[in-house]
Amino acid sequence: MRELAWLIPVLPLVACALIFAFGPRLPGRGAYVAIAGIGLAALLSIGIFVEGLGGAKAHELNVRWVPYGQTALDLGLRVDNLTTVMLLVVTIVGSMIFVYSVGYMHDDPRFSRFFAYLSLFAASMLLLVLANNLLFLYAGWELVGLCSYLLIGFYFEKPSAARASMKAFVTTRVGDLFMFLGILLVFFTLGTFRFEEIFAKVHAGALEGMMVGGLPLLTVVAVLLFGGAIGKSAQVPLHTWLPDAMEGPTPVSALIHAATMVAAGVYMVARTYLLFFESPGHGALTVVAWIGAVTALMAATIAVVQDDIKRVLAYSTISQLGYMMLGLGMLGYAAGMFHLMTHAFFKALLFLGAGSVIHAMHTNDIKAMGGLARAMPSTYWTFLIGTLALAGVPPFAGFWSKDEILLEAFHHHRGLYAMALAAAFLTAFYMFRVIFYTFAGTTRSHHAHPHESPAVMTRPLWVLAVFSAGIGLVGAPFLGNPFHHYLHFEGLKAPAFSWGVALAGVGASGAGIAAAAAVYHWKVVPSGALRRAAGPLFTLVAHKYYFDELYAAAVVRPTLAVARALRTFDVYVIDLIVNLFGFAGLGLARLYRVFDLYVVDGAVNLLGWIAQTAGGVLRYVQTGRAQNYLLAIALGVIVLLAAGLFR
Amino acid sequence: MGQLAAFIILSVVTLVSAVVVVASQNIVRSALSLIPTLLGIAGVYILLQAEYVAGIQVLIYAGAITVLILFVIMLTEHGTGARFRQVNEQVLPGTIAVAVLAALLMAVFFGTAWPRAAGTLPQYTATSIGTTFLTSAILVFIVTSFVLLVALMGAIVIARRER
Amino acid sequence: MTLGLTHFLVLSTLLFCLGLFAMLTRRNAVAILMGVELMLNAANINLVAFNKYVAPGALNGQVFALVVITLAACEAGVGLALVMSAYRNLETVHVDEINVMKW
Repeated sequence: MRELAWLIPVLPLVACALIFAFGPRLPGRGAYVAIAGIGLAALLSIGIFVEGLGGAKAHELNVRWVPYGQTALDLGLRVDNLTTVMLLVVTIVGSMIFVYSVGYMHDDPRFSRFFAYLSLFAASMLLLVLANNLLFLYAGWELVGLCSYLLIGFYFEKPSAARASMKAFVTTRVGDLFMFLGILLVFFTLGTFRFEEIFAKVHAGALEGMMVGGLPLLTVVAVLLFGGAIGKSAQVPLHTWLPDAMEGPTPVSALIHAATMVAAGVYMVARTYLLFFESPGHGALTVVAWIGAVTALMAATIAVVQDDIKRVLAYSTISQLGYMMLGLGMLGYAAGMFHLMTHAFFKALLFLGAGSVIHAMHTNDIKAMGGLARAMPSTYWTFLIGTLALAGVPPFAGFWSKDEILLEAFHHHRGLYAMALAAAFLTAFYMFRVIFYTFAGTTRSHHAHPHESPAVMTRPLWVLAVFSAGIGLVGAPFLGNPFHHYLHFEGLKAPAFSWGVALAGVGASGAGIAAAAAVYHWKVVPSGALRRAAGPLFTLVAHKYYFDELYAAAVVRPTLAVARALRTFDVYVIDLIVNLFGFAGLGLARLYRVFDLYVVDGAVNLLGWIAQTAGGVLRYVQTGRAQNYLLAIALGVIVLLAAGLFR
Repeated sequence: MGQLAAFIILSVVTLVSAVVVVASQNIVRSALSLIPTLLGIAGVYILLQAEYVAGIQVLIYAGAITVLILFVIMLTEHGTGARFRQVNEQVLPGTIAVAVLAALLMAVFFGTAWPRAAGTLPQYTATSIGTTFLTSAILVFIVTSFVLLVALMGAIVIARRER
Repeated sequence: MTLGLTHFLVLSTLLFCLGLFAMLTRRNAVAILMGVELMLNAANINLVAFNKYVAPGALNGQVFALVVITLAACEAGVGLALVMSAYRNLETVHVDEINVMKW
């Protein structure tokens, strides 16, 4: 089965090519083809996963691509336990979102193209996941970035969407630059891109003692690679693109900007975990942990003050990605990946639920909604399940994974643990704020007539809800934590389950829910008073810690100023020179034209005239009578004879 | 002397009838006077010890070709053709050209000292000609036969009445 | 004066020139063909005469004369066939009226 792994990315790619080629003429205007592609990939992934459960060995498919000297560039796929988990997440969540999109995008004029992009994204993401070397991974990494760009800007007529897609592309590119440097550094020091060889060499101490600018080389490499993850997974300080990316269609937000692509950063860190782990004094892991914790807390605070339902979820995504990073950074390899998996399911569910709500209300503003629980029961219940999972209420999925991360943090760094706990409280708070605003009470908008979405949209919701509710059990300690057995890092042992930490986590969630209920449902403390009481802190959070303003002042404006200056230079100096050359050329051309007309043309016409006149005269010689010609021949013979005789 | 007398008689016959061939207004008369011309030439061949060539000359020229020409005249001119003007406007320039050419050729022939190789002609040449054709001139023989065949077919194709 | 090569050459020259004259002046295609026959015969006389007086060691001249006779037969056959064809298509055998080659 693992030999067939190469088919997994190829299937969506074929679907993509078919849709691009034949478009709306395909069954379901291309949607069925796309769903077939990802569905078959999902079946294959499940098969491979089941095989993995049976203890199948890691499988590598390697093709020598460019051999040179001692080394070579390889193209290859690697199927191991980490891969299978990611494959499952990507293909199952992806399939659900594909199906959902049929309903959500139903009236869109670019319906077919949407599915082509989605398929291309799926293929790229699966390639990224399956890559067995850094180069291949990087290729997939950039391809998903491209798809993200295309899909954020799917409504490119909207200037905000076009701007958001550009912002996402450029911002992630900053991180990618660091990652690329890291990859090059790996290649130049170790001479290979393949993970297996890299790990073997690093494990054997190939980079030990090497220093770059006073820092251990391995740490530098790991942090550079992590730079890519910061960009892709929207960690502080490159997180600003993700909220803007919500301009894209909601299924895209669910698939790319919640479940899969943004998790690619986390996956990449897990994939190259050995580099982080071996860095002296866990230096690189400390960076990862701190960035993750800061991101988790900061994004959670911003999420509290957002009114756009998708932006709340976007900041929540950033926060949860921070959680994953924190887990990885706190030596919780399995914990981070576990949270990635559970998060993919419940965050996709939440986004699709939000999409369903937006579909019904035609607005993103949660303050304009309200009372939707009665109008949209399926959406409400599934959204509630997702919220509970995200808030970390047992036994829903989020609880188990979050608890593991908290446990790791508790064991290794109390300060980070406190931040994570605060983030958990805020998570519960802002999610239930959304619930209360959206589904409870009465409708505040008077010209909306909410209705339940069609079955093609609600059924994926229920499937994802089932996963969100139950998937956490694979990591439940009282079941022996099978996830840990399936996926773990050599030499790392998870700390034992602690009732204290678990209760503290549940307590934080419960407090968050209670606080949200107090403010937004029972209105014990009106939210306006709370806002005034917070004062400057609220302003700070509402402006998202002024990150966008900072970047505008520090990067965007100077760049624009330089560009303007260069434009002036272009217009007045370069254009002038070019125009001068142009005018000179024009003048010369006019001269040449005169020369052409009177000299060249004259000569040509003269030749033509001569030929014509001579032909006109000589044609009388051609009588068409053979005997005239024969006489000429006879005369010729006479002349020749005479010439021979009287020489 | 006898040979010279015979040559002169044959030459006169040949040339006179040749002039008739060339100059007669009556095309049938032209064709018929071709026969004494060709027979005279056959006599010249005999004088030149080429009795086999002379025989062939009589058979093919005087016999076959002349008859063929007469047939064509009958088919095309409906008789003698005396109704038509038989010469074109090139008579004067043609006469001058031919006269000059004859004078020049004669000058060449008289002005050339012809060499003479050793050996004598055989008494009867037919056997030797046959041997030559089947040994040293075999290629000429074969190619000529082939040309004859092709000419035969070509003549049929060209002369066939088209539908 | 004994009979020599020059006699035959004179005869052939006169015959050749008569044939050429026919070719140059006769309108009738058949007459022109007869002129051609005369010229070929003149050439044949030359071949046979040279064979006897210049190179009597072999019979190449006579052999060649026979080949020429054969080719003359071919020529007569094809040429007369052409005349027939021209007459049938153009209703004339007068070569100055056959001028479809003319511009």
